[in-house]
Amino acid sequence: MSLIWNKKAECLLPIEKDQLQLERLQHIVKYACEKVPYYKKAFDKAGVKPSDIKSLKDIEKLPFTSKAELRDAYPFGMFAAPMEEIVEIHTSSGTTGKPVVMGYTTADIELWSEVMARSLSMAGCTKADIVQNAYGYGLFTGGLGVHYGARKIGANVIPISAGNTKRQLEIMRDFGTTILTCTPSYALFLAESAKDDKIDLKSLKLRSGVFGAEMWTEKMREEIEKRLHISATNIYGLTEIIGPGVAQECEVKNGLHLQEDLFYPEIVSPENLSVLSEGEKGELVLTTLTREGTPMIRFRTKDITSLHRGECKCGRTSIKMDRITGRSDDMLKIRGVIVFPSSIEKALLEIKGLEPHYKIIITRPHQLDEIEVQVEASEILFSDEIRHMEETKKNIENHIEKSVGLKLKVTLVEPKTLPRSEGKAKRVFDQRELK
Amino acid sequence: MRVKQISIFLENKKGRLLEALKALGREKINIRALSIADTLDFGILRLIVADPDKAKLVLEQSNFTVKENDVIAMAVKDQPGGLADVLSTLSNAGINVEYIYAFADKQENDAVVVLRTENIDEGIKVLKKAGVHMLSAKEIYSL
Repeated sequence: MSLIWNKKAECLLPIEKDQLQLERLQHIVKYACEKVPYYKKAFDKAGVKPSDIKSLKDIEKLPFTSKAELRDAYPFGMFAAPMEEIVEIHTSSGTTGKPVVMGYTTADIELWSEVMARSLSMAGCTKADIVQNAYGYGLFTGGLGVHYGARKIGANVIPISAGNTKRQLEIMRDFGTTILTCTPSYALFLAESAKDDKIDLKSLKLRSGVFGAEMWTEKMREEIEKRLHISATNIYGLTEIIGPGVAQECEVKNGLHLQEDLFYPEIVSPENLSVLSEGEKGELVLTTLTREGTPMIRFRTKDITSLHRGECKCGRTSIKMDRITGRSDDMLKIRGVIVFPSSIEKALLEIKGLEPHYKIIITRPHQLDEIEVQVEASEILFSDEIRHMEETKKNIENHIEKSVGLKLKVTLVEPKTLPRSEGKAKRVFDQRELK
Repeated sequence: MRVKQISIFLENKKGRLLEALKALGREKINIRALSIADTLDFGILRLIVADPDKAKLVLEQSNFTVKENDVIAMAVKDQPGGLADVLSTLSNAGINVEYIYAFADKQENDAVVVLRTENIDEGIKVLKKAGVHMLSAKEIYSL
């Protein structure tokens, strides 16, 4: 059993939790309304006042905040604290348009360090550990988030940042790294490179890994655990809320404990935004309960998951969220069928001998969507006979069709030609708009 | 007789065949026989070379997917109907040919034929019994 970092906060009784959440919610709503003109305007428009929040359920009266509003507020429109109180700024990786800018006060950095200390502790990190932090340092929150958490615990953190794979492996071996933190796709890339560099991963001291910042699957966890000889846990977070550390898996590995004394979660239907009940799958909406720099009220994360309450073997009482299974805006509509790329990935990884690297390309050549999945022809899949190769392709196509409900074309490409990502992997190429 | 063949996966992309052949050329690996099977999106390059193990290593170092497997090698009279005779032997025995390729040998009056049947041992047995001149690995590599 790993240590619980903050027993008081992580093992609240339901009644204590409700009371704490309500007090904090009432305070943050009032604070946001007073300090951020955007919230005042949005609340007025919705005809709701901070004093209307009398129970937790009253949160449903408040309007949602989405990324578009945060972009409109560029650069500092969402800041609630005066500039002299802001001690750090982060932005979310904006692939389109302006980035979202979030401000942190000293108390926010402390809050972030706290949730990261809780998260790393769930992965077994203690003072005695050496944490190799291969998340990117910079405006991206991954690097500094882990850094702050590891420092709070008193672990030894190697701030190597992302990239430079050869060096990562040497340091892992020579410095005796015990915990690795990076994106799951980079973890697999490291494992693959270790093989090429003749580094025996089994002989390393590495025993645990905290992976996140992109969607991944149970099958990928198995691969990472098998190839790196470690225990792999899933971390969740987003810059708009704080960064990594919003939720993290404990050693039980059946869902991520959400730090609900600090972030209030809801699940809503991505279609009509109605609040769904526990266990139902939908879009995660989060409210920061204590954040000073940029408080977020009902922020639509676009991440698809579900929430489950119940006792966990680890002793924590916090609500658990499932691993993210899609993004409401990544949701692809192909020939009218709703498909999440992650479900294609899941199906692919169930096939023996398939490397966990793929590319999904969607085109519309003749008024009809076509979807192609490129996978690498590993030695196991390859045969000297065309007949066998065609059969392999057909099998993969059939397997995906069976589990996703979509007919698609599989193309085999040469090994190591599909892009390996050192940050967030771009695997879906929707080329339909180009027409 | 049984001879080692190496097969290479070729993505349908410009220059991949050339790259594979260049890699072998650099290491002075001579190709004895070659065939390419192609489909819409990929091809399979099959080679008989003097040093198959080395060829596999060289190609793998250049990031190709390579497989080594056995095929049957034999000498067939370089005259009309020569190959047909051999194939009817197999056909009569109910043995399917997966693929086949051949090249003529200038010194001898024979053509060298490489073929793959589903069950190699069975194929060899039938061909031997029919008196076909089987070629050993040594013979074919030293051509």
